[in-house]
Amino acid sequence: MAGEVEIEVKNLNFYYSGNIHAIKQVNMKAYKKSVTALIGPSGCGKTTLLRCFNRMHDLYPKNRYEGEILVRGKNILSDDMDLISLRSRMGMVFQKPTPFPMTIFDNIAYGLRLKGIKKRLELSERVERALKNAALWDEVKEKLNVSAYELSGGQQQRLVIARALAVEPEILLFDEPTSALDPISTAKIEELIISLKKEITILIVTHNMQQAARISDWTGFMMLGELIEFGKTDKIFTAPSEKLTEDYITGRFG
Amino acid sequence: MTREKQRKIEGGIALVFSTLAALMGLFWLVFILGDVLVHGMGALHLNLFLQDPTPPGVEGGGLRNAFTGQLLITLFATLIGVPVGVLGGTFLAEYARGTKISRVISVLSDIMVSVPSIVIGTFIYAILVHPLGHFSGWAGSVALAVIMIPVVLRTTENMLSLVPWTLREAAFALGAPYYKVIIQVVYRGAATGIMTGILLSIARVAGETAPLLFTSFNNAYFSADMKGPVASLTVTIFQYAMGPYDDWHKQAWAASLIITLFILFITILGRLIIKWRYK
Repeated sequence: MAGEVEIEVKNLNFYYSGNIHAIKQVNMKAYKKSVTALIGPSGCGKTTLLRCFNRMHDLYPKNRYEGEILVRGKNILSDDMDLISLRSRMGMVFQKPTPFPMTIFDNIAYGLRLKGIKKRLELSERVERALKNAALWDEVKEKLNVSAYELSGGQQQRLVIARALAVEPEILLFDEPTSALDPISTAKIEELIISLKKEITILIVTHNMQQAARISDWTGFMMLGELIEFGKTDKIFTAPSEKLTEDYITGRFG
Repeated sequence: MTREKQRKIEGGIALVFSTLAALMGLFWLVFILGDVLVHGMGALHLNLFLQDPTPPGVEGGGLRNAFTGQLLITLFATLIGVPVGVLGGTFLAEYARGTKISRVISVLSDIMVSVPSIVIGTFIYAILVHPLGHFSGWAGSVALAVIMIPVVLRTTENMLSLVPWTLREAAFALGAPYYKVIIQVVYRGAATGIMTGILLSIARVAGETAPLLFTSFNNAYFSADMKGPVASLTVTIFQYAMGPYDDWHKQAWAASLIITLFILFITILGRLIIKWRYK
């Protein structure tokens, strides 16, 4: 069952400054309300690809895209794309937790305030909802005015997810969200991702193949900037059509 | 002699020399502070803060003019120097990060930090005092601000670059424009460091005499008019210590004590902020 297409990548090439060709001719689709995992050895370009979707590369000079990324039919790589509105529709969670140096409440409210929401009542409602959706509410409801740095690493990561959820994005991008966490926190985040896909389209970069197998519906295998194979997760992990994919999945390299 | 023994002896010698050197430094420090404390305490009197100087040779009087002047000059120097320094440091660490111009300005302000303050005094004399034809409190503030700016600028730059990039990226990823990322996220992360830099720069200029000699000069009368010559503690200390009257010497000691305590207070405050932040 391939649902509606949320993101379509067409002939995407990406060059870092100095003309380093990091993404080569990638074509793929991500479907609405599904989890798409990007796997591959270190340096294969999976994080680089993920950061194309919210145009994170634009923060650094002389990076260059070619091709198209259509989100709901609109090419987000076009020059007239408003990056601020793009990024507020697309949340991103990084490898290391990135709580801001402020209270738990202010962390979650940050994106809401950026959107111009000022009413205290609406803010607290949406902060509570976001924390509940991120399965963190019960742990922090007594200490919303405490610095976010007081939380454990796993809690911080869920806080960051809650912060991204608060602005009700259509898409969430996860860049190895559990690689700095212990197994219990990892399990919580994985459960969370599975429950989030009821509402949101999710793309996740992961080093952990079991994780990709556990939580994703679709998987893309990348190597040296190319998307070697893209398909249903079951198929990629049980009957890959490419020799390279099979070698990677069976642990012959990487 | 075995090698082990030889090493032990060498270690002992190094220990003795470095201890002696440390004691030597400490001795002068304690000597100076003790001397200031002893003489200053003896001369402290409430009238020092409440009365203006009496004519030379006449007993009594105080340094109200110099305290007020010093506060005004330092206050306005801070008001000029801190915004320029913080914004300049922000430009270097954020907008011009990694560019050649940023590195050039960094190196230049490192040089500026070590320029003798009398050079800055004469420079301000040439551009503000001489063309206007008279000394002024403003010129003094500007001179002190020029000394503060490179200190504040470099600390701000360093503190901002210590804030991890992923934090900025996380704020960008939520759709924040750059100026909001800087003000709401990066400044918060670096706030204590920047605050410490500001306090230390105030402590640095509070004890300056040379730049004020050429700019705000001195005033034997009470004046809060920054457009004219304004008294300051440091220049007054210089003048009184050189003067022939016993009463002047006493007041100079008292003023020295107070300015030392002020700088000590600011430095301790700066350290407390660091400690409180990293606890």
